[in-house]
Amino acid sequence: MRIIVPLALAAALVVVASPPAPAAEVTVGSKKFTESVILGEMAALLARSAGAEVRHRRELGGTRILWNALVRGDIDVYPEYTGTLRAEILARENIPDDRALAAVLARRGLVMGPPLGFNNSYAIGMLERTARERGIATVSDLRRHPDLVLGFGSEFLNRADGWPGLKARYGLTQGNVRGLDHDLAYRGLVAGDIEVMDLYATDAEIDYYGIRVLRDDLGYFPTYDAVLLYRADLVRRAPAVVHAFERLAGRIDSTAMAKLNAQVKKEGKSDRDVAATFLRAALTVGTVPDHDADPMQLWRRLGPATLEHLVLVGISLAAAIVVAIPLGIAAYLFRGVGHGVLAVVGIVQTIPALALLVFMIPLLGIGAVPAMAALFLYSLLPITRNTHAGLVGIAEPIRQSALALGLGTGDRLLRIELPLAAPLILAGIKTAAVINVGTATLGALIGAGGYGQAILTGIRLDDVGLILEGAIPAAVLALVVQYGFEWAERSVVPRGLRLGKGTARP
Amino acid sequence: MLRLEQAARHYGVVAALAPIDLELEPGHTLVVIGPSGCGKTTLLGLMNGLVQPDRGRVLFDGVPLSPATIKAARQRMGYVIQDGGLFPHLTAGGNVALLARVLGWPRNRIDSRLRELARLTHFPEDGLDRYPLELSGGQCQRVGLMRALMLDPDILLLDEPLGALDPLVRFDLQNELRDIFRSLGKTVVLVTHDMSEAAFFADSIILLRDGSVVQRGSTADLMERPADPFVTRFINAQRARWHDGTAP
Repeated sequence: MRIIVPLALAAALVVVASPPAPAAEVTVGSKKFTESVILGEMAALLARSAGAEVRHRRELGGTRILWNALVRGDIDVYPEYTGTLRAEILARENIPDDRALAAVLARRGLVMGPPLGFNNSYAIGMLERTARERGIATVSDLRRHPDLVLGFGSEFLNRADGWPGLKARYGLTQGNVRGLDHDLAYRGLVAGDIEVMDLYATDAEIDYYGIRVLRDDLGYFPTYDAVLLYRADLVRRAPAVVHAFERLAGRIDSTAMAKLNAQVKKEGKSDRDVAATFLRAALTVGTVPDHDADPMQLWRRLGPATLEHLVLVGISLAAAIVVAIPLGIAAYLFRGVGHGVLAVVGIVQTIPALALLVFMIPLLGIGAVPAMAALFLYSLLPITRNTHAGLVGIAEPIRQSALALGLGTGDRLLRIELPLAAPLILAGIKTAAVINVGTATLGALIGAGGYGQAILTGIRLDDVGLILEGAIPAAVLALVVQYGFEWAERSVVPRGLRLGKGTARP
Repeated sequence: MLRLEQAARHYGVVAALAPIDLELEPGHTLVVIGPSGCGKTTLLGLMNGLVQPDRGRVLFDGVPLSPATIKAARQRMGYVIQDGGLFPHLTAGGNVALLARVLGWPRNRIDSRLRELARLTHFPEDGLDRYPLELSGGQCQRVGLMRALMLDPDILLLDEPLGALDPLVRFDLQNELRDIFRSLGKTVVLVTHDMSEAAFFADSIILLRDGSVVQRGSTADLMERPADPFVTRFINAQRARWHDGTAP
């Protein structure tokens, strides 16, 4: 008894004194259009108000990327639309209604929160003026005008619930259909390059540009109720956060959402401010100070972006050099393998950058790592091919002289062949580096940051200044890399070769 | 020494070199001569393993050349080709000393050997720091010769070493080369298509045509006892033309 009492006391003390459970970490994702970013900000603010450590990976490249990231656990929650889930992501399951949808999601370890209150359906729109002149009020009316130029966002153009289905349902015959970025499509519509485009029902531009939304008279488009889609394990890990999400249920109607979109896109307010102001007003959620607030000054934005970009390019390039030069040497030494090696790295090069990035997600998730992996793969071809070409291109008398001297394979490579191939190898590395600087801007689509982030945001907000903020440094960096390598050439390429072809013999 | 036993090389069905027996005589200069494409370079390549025989075998000091033995054998056979075949990224001295460096010679031994060879080949010592692109054709050839001689090899193989030089340089170098061969007592195989050069160097000659030996013997044998009308034709075709009255 004498022993037990102090023990129990000590145990009680331990329980009382043990620090509070560490704050849950929650990663929010959002798609690369403004509404999604605003909703993502709201989710982030709510989670933070519930005591979680929050990271918002904004403006990821598309539905597929977010879905894969959520399934993998790279993000915990992102705003989605029921129509997209039913008709696109899970189209093969033929889900009849939202209740069935919840069950299908549950099987995948996902939970769909309650509808937020608005239906952001796809819609088809035209400039009011054009619609009036042509007498078009419904989607069916489009049948009478096969000459119209259509411009659709690339997602809409290819999604099962987008143009292919719409065309079949209404029997549309327009042949002149262009795919373009959704935010840029508005510019095209206003400029008259396209006459009909796809809309999101809550787009701020509908009012702003005076766009007539054509009535979906055959009821083709499903409802696209906005919801927060999150991982089921969040309920266990951070119940308070899930509870906070639920407070958004039914609080945002279509008008309110369109207004929020307009505040960001047309009034130039920040996504975060708009989200915070709304939450304060609608839910009296206080803004919790956070660590990754938008730095305002240009140089404070540029510094981290430059660092991210350099890390993306530098690490991928370094890894490529380490792998590609030996690959090139192997291709040279073993002629049989050589063709195979060059063919494989050549095929990798033909995969479109965006597709390669998306392929990386199931393997490596989102963020800098898959982006670096993709850039690494892209760098292999120029370096491997140039290493091989440099070695194969060595003049026969020189190769024979090296052999006849009695040098072993290793000594021939190190002392004769690689130094002679150095100019071409360096040129290959330079090509890879310059291409990488440009391609790395696409990394922002999978959350890798870098200069691409500003370009993405700039396109989303139709802000040319912001686009240039990413594009100009990327171009400057490419030039710096180019000149840097030309400078490096002087130290890497042996002097005897630099004497150059122009030097005549005395 | 080097011996070929029925060694031959075919490309497809064409014999670049028909089976040949040959043993090099120490201290002698053997000249291989014949028109272009007769198999001269193939024969030389068989000797240092640049060309693999597809019949017969090549022995160096009684040991057949093979991937395992070829490196050591090559280090005992100096090889000089037209234009020198110099490595453009190394200085003249770097070219000559390359193999010795790989073999780990101490620096002072390399330096004294370089000076010795420069004297022997009449190569200016300050030229050792120049790159091949900064040297004249004759100088490149001297560097190529120094590189071949660096390890003091038993055999020197020379493939048209003077083929690309202008006549005056060529004349001087012919004299110098013969002096060097004689003073060092090297066993030499020299490939040329020039009959007067062959006569100048040769202790014995092999005349090749279409991959086959037409005649072997001394210069006098070929001139006075031609084995074939082709031998006479080949020799006559290279007589200076002002002797036969057809020069303008």
